Amino acid sequence: MPHALSASPVYIVGAAETALGKVTDQSEFSMAAIAAREALAEAGLSFRDVDALFTNYMGEEGSVQLGEYLGLRPRYAESSDMGGASFEFFVHHAMVAIATGRADVALIAYASRQRSRRNRKKVSAALDGSLAAQFETPFGIHFPIGHYALSAARYMHQYGARPEHLAEIAVAARQWAGLNPKAWVRTPLSIDDVMASPLLSDPLRKLDCCLVTDGGGAIVIARKDRARDAVKKPIRILGAGESHHQWHVAQCADLTITPGVASGKAAFGMAGITAADVDVFEPYDNFTHAVLLYLEDLGFCGKGEAAAFVSEGRLRPGGSLPSMTSGGGLSYCHPGALGILLLIEAVRQLRGEAGERQVADAEIAVAHGTGGLAFSTASTVVLARE
Amino acid sequence: MSEPVSYSDLGAADPTTEAFWQACADHRLTVQHCRACGSHQFYPRPFCLTCESTDLEWVEASGKGTIYSLTTMRMPVVPELTPPYLLALVDLDEGPRLLTNIVAETARIGDRVSVAWRTREGLPPLPVFTPA
Repeated sequence: MPHALSASPVYIVGAAETALGKVTDQSEFSMAAIAAREALAEAGLSFRDVDALFTNYMGEEGSVQLGEYLGLRPRYAESSDMGGASFEFFVHHAMVAIATGRADVALIAYASRQRSRRNRKKVSAALDGSLAAQFETPFGIHFPIGHYALSAARYMHQYGARPEHLAEIAVAARQWAGLNPKAWVRTPLSIDDVMASPLLSDPLRKLDCCLVTDGGGAIVIARKDRARDAVKKPIRILGAGESHHQWHVAQCADLTITPGVASGKAAFGMAGITAADVDVFEPYDNFTHAVLLYLEDLGFCGKGEAAAFVSEGRLRPGGSLPSMTSGGGLSYCHPGALGILLLIEAVRQLRGEAGERQVADAEIAVAHGTGGLAFSTASTVVLARE
Repeated sequence: MSEPVSYSDLGAADPTTEAFWQACADHRLTVQHCRACGSHQFYPRPFCLTCESTDLEWVEASGKGTIYSLTTMRMPVVPELTPPYLLALVDLDEGPRLLTNIVAETARIGDRVSVAWRTREGLPPLPVFTPA
């Protein structure tokens, strides 16, 4: 039976990146505003048409600050912090809001200059009475590399994955980055290069970790009839799902399983697809081993089988499951919250405008976001060309 | 017995963990025990995550456990710890899992460990673990 929301199909009608890499001539707000304007122009819409606003990491009460900057007074607004996956959550929420008539035109926008500002916190605030300050910080855990390293170590112990399997993810991402003129690093990379990079927190090496860059983007969501003047092909949102697990790493019962199991099941179920239907996969590659977990959690392969699955070069250009096609967080851009760029790349692939890195005949793309500390949050979005 | 230390008085106010830190001052590792269903949990909550009963008490754990996961931190993170050092998740025999340090040159997932105590300036001792 078709999902209840299918009665009122909802589309991504505009998508744009902000300036990427190192941005010294813009503020976060001006970056988000420029990208929002471009995304609205693709949709044949203007700021006056926007009645729903979604953002994260734009300061306290972020949607209020961004709304003021853009001159918006939305009737539907959200600045939930779901980490880097927030934007996939927002697509889900915007889809529901529009399908049920609570909003007509949703703008999702975000920008960060974490590279220029170098403001990433390594340690949670000491002695603030928080549980993290009491039970995590004193043991010297790096936020978030330590959390993800504990997940990777357990996964490798439990399923026998080896460092070269993690390295394969970084190599696949870099090969895609080589085809994307906007990617931050495009120089060729080998498995040996990755394994020769310094260990930061075993088993994670420097090249198992994503970039720290500036960047962001904007997405506009509406029904097709609300974007009649769209200059770009609308991309249907077929399904979306979300979930979250733990915040503190010791509270996670199984560090080899992510909330992607639930978000993927919900999204694929709504879309009426299985993993076998996916032409392009845009996973949140914050750390190499993360991609192995997503492949299993979303059903591309069985539990513990991802190492074998990727070692045939399946995720690389020319592989049977093109993944991280922008170059991902590992080689293209990681502005603190990659989720919005996963969606934008999925849209580009489905419109057929991805240039040298275009996946032929891409009809269904999945953007899968994660956020927080060792897979705290997950949201999956299934997009389709019509 | 050492002098009572009030963790709350040190500016890290969390009344729900005060009993835990007081016990640490005496080198006793404690967890919550549910009188209704018998399960143990940590960190403390006002109800049992297993059966939702509010009939909870603090009990002393055996201090024995098994390493669930382990990493060597090779970057400086806090001034008190000079890398490399071992950061681990330890499953206590009673059930709860703790983030902690293993005070040893090396260790492996699955190793048995026992609680030890790291003294801290102006703060309660911290439960860390050594090979059993």
